[in-house]
Amino acid sequence: MLVNNIKNKSQEPKAKSFKDIFNQYNWDETLQSIFNKTSVDVESALSKDKLDLEDFKALISPAAKPFLEQMAQRSRMLTKKRFGNTIQMYAPMYLSNECQNICTYCGFSFTNKIPRRTLTDDEILKEVTFLKAKGYDHILLVTGEANKTVGVDYIKNAIQFIRSQFSNITIEVQPLDQDEYELLIESGLYAVLVYQETYHQQEYKKHHPKGKKSNFEYRLETPDRLGKAGIHKIGLGALFGLEDWRADSFFTALHLKYLQKTYWKTKYSISFPRLRPHLGGLEPKVEMTDADLVQLICAFRMLDEDVELSMSTRESEVFRNNIVNLGATSISAESKTNPGGYSVEPQSLEQFEISDERSTEEIVQMLKGQGLEVVWKDWEQFG
Amino acid sequence: MNTNLTIADKTFTSRLFTGTGKFSSSQLMKEALLASESELITVALKRVDVQNEEDDILSHLNHSRINLLPNTSGVRTAKEAVFAAELSREALETNWVKLEIHPDPRYLLPDPIETLKAAEELVKKGFVVMPYIHADPVLCKRLEEVGTQCVMPLGAPIGSNKGLKTLEFLEIIIEQSNVPVVVDAGIGAPSHAAYAMELGADAVLVNTAIAVSQNPVAMALAFKMAVEAGRMAYEAKLAPVRKQAEASSPLTSFLN
Repeated sequence: MLVNNIKNKSQEPKAKSFKDIFNQYNWDETLQSIFNKTSVDVESALSKDKLDLEDFKALISPAAKPFLEQMAQRSRMLTKKRFGNTIQMYAPMYLSNECQNICTYCGFSFTNKIPRRTLTDDEILKEVTFLKAKGYDHILLVTGEANKTVGVDYIKNAIQFIRSQFSNITIEVQPLDQDEYELLIESGLYAVLVYQETYHQQEYKKHHPKGKKSNFEYRLETPDRLGKAGIHKIGLGALFGLEDWRADSFFTALHLKYLQKTYWKTKYSISFPRLRPHLGGLEPKVEMTDADLVQLICAFRMLDEDVELSMSTRESEVFRNNIVNLGATSISAESKTNPGGYSVEPQSLEQFEISDERSTEEIVQMLKGQGLEVVWKDWEQFG
Repeated sequence: MNTNLTIADKTFTSRLFTGTGKFSSSQLMKEALLASESELITVALKRVDVQNEEDDILSHLNHSRINLLPNTSGVRTAKEAVFAAELSREALETNWVKLEIHPDPRYLLPDPIETLKAAEELVKKGFVVMPYIHADPVLCKRLEEVGTQCVMPLGAPIGSNKGLKTLEFLEIIIEQSNVPVVVDAGIGAPSHAAYAMELGADAVLVNTAIAVSQNPVAMALAFKMAVEAGRMAYEAKLAPVRKQAEASSPLTSFLN
């Protein structure tokens, strides 16, 4: 029997992509198994140095709520040990709101009747000048998905155009093919954020009925293509509100663990976007409270000491003032979610309303007041 | 007093090397590093703007006692490391480089193959190379052969504060090395540092344990004292550890 097992294991084909792993799981069973976790499971997870995905399930389960303070203390300690008393600053820069996709939750959705705009080089330069004056050196470029106007060539041009101005360039755009990523990496791209939105396949289809984004599997395999292309960092996440946050977080963690083992030279970050109001807005199907979000952030930190945890201006002042001490490692400030929003056309329509509207200077003072060193630059392209 | 340590063309009174990461402010970093009396301080090239004289970290390290040791943290290959070293030599006007090639971003464990390749090339280009490596005695000899001026084996993963987990191999490295051995990474307490020095390490490099402590200035001083005590004990020769009590009636007394 034992011999057979060993034989089977050695013959088991290695997963070709995350899809092979993902298909072994069932959403409802996964969710049920999270809700079945007890305080004994939580205590067991709290007693370990190296946590596995079953421990992670326990920590995001309702049974872990009474242990939230303990989790927060642990998360803070682990974060300080790995990242020190520092917070990385970054700024998003929206390049375009043109989009061929229909996404039920997004202000830039194809059917929304809003003026569309894609920044020219001159306009990009104005935005860059604004952000550089604020001190930013890590930038996140964001577009919708419109291949004719904001395809790979446009993104490549934008990266090359701003490359001398920023140490670290990340994009959040439509999923691309491996060779396209290779081209962008060569042009100076550091990281790509690609959130699955939800790992619930049927719900995903409902929220993305039209456009290339409706292809669930192509999106699911995007981090694999990025890993193969040799990207430095991949950002994962789910959009909380579409489906149950616990199950979506489990699948995000499963995705993370698979990627870390497969593309071991790549860094990973996790983001925690919760649905925000926007034009024609969608009400969250499943609510995620502040306490839930704290629980999740602490659980991710306990699962993985090294993963970067990012916090955007979607969250409130009070929440962000506190989360920088609980596990978050990078934050944005004063973000504009409309193309040209910083200086070209501040009045244009936003993708979503931000919540924390404080200026960069105010955020920096808040961080310093908490004994945190603000890191502007933490990357250099060598060669 | 302890003997001085010489690496390449520099002589150090202090055998405590330090780093600049993870401090809650540049001012606190400066105070702690001055308290440590460290004379060789490593700084990640990726964290500083070498073109900017007013760079926050670099401007706080402008002190007559401090020698900068730029490190290549963030690079994944020998090629990138060589590029980084050349950039730093030009901008920071030092040919010293702490060679760190860790393609694994989680545990930051060094790649021995790329490190050896880069070390060989950098030595040829005239650099003083201080390679961060696993506690691998054979790799240390190979690095010595290509001309690195010291070796920097790890005690435990960077930032782990776990102490000398690689003890058995550090002892072999210290025994065999013809170049100074600097124990780098993993040292989490002054007692770990003192122990490394008692074993005969020529120096230690400490960063996280100082930067993340509740009182970095006091902790820096504690490490300074521990390193001095450990070295002093090593130079004074520790009394041998007895494996058994000496019998009052020796078994071989009948031979007399």
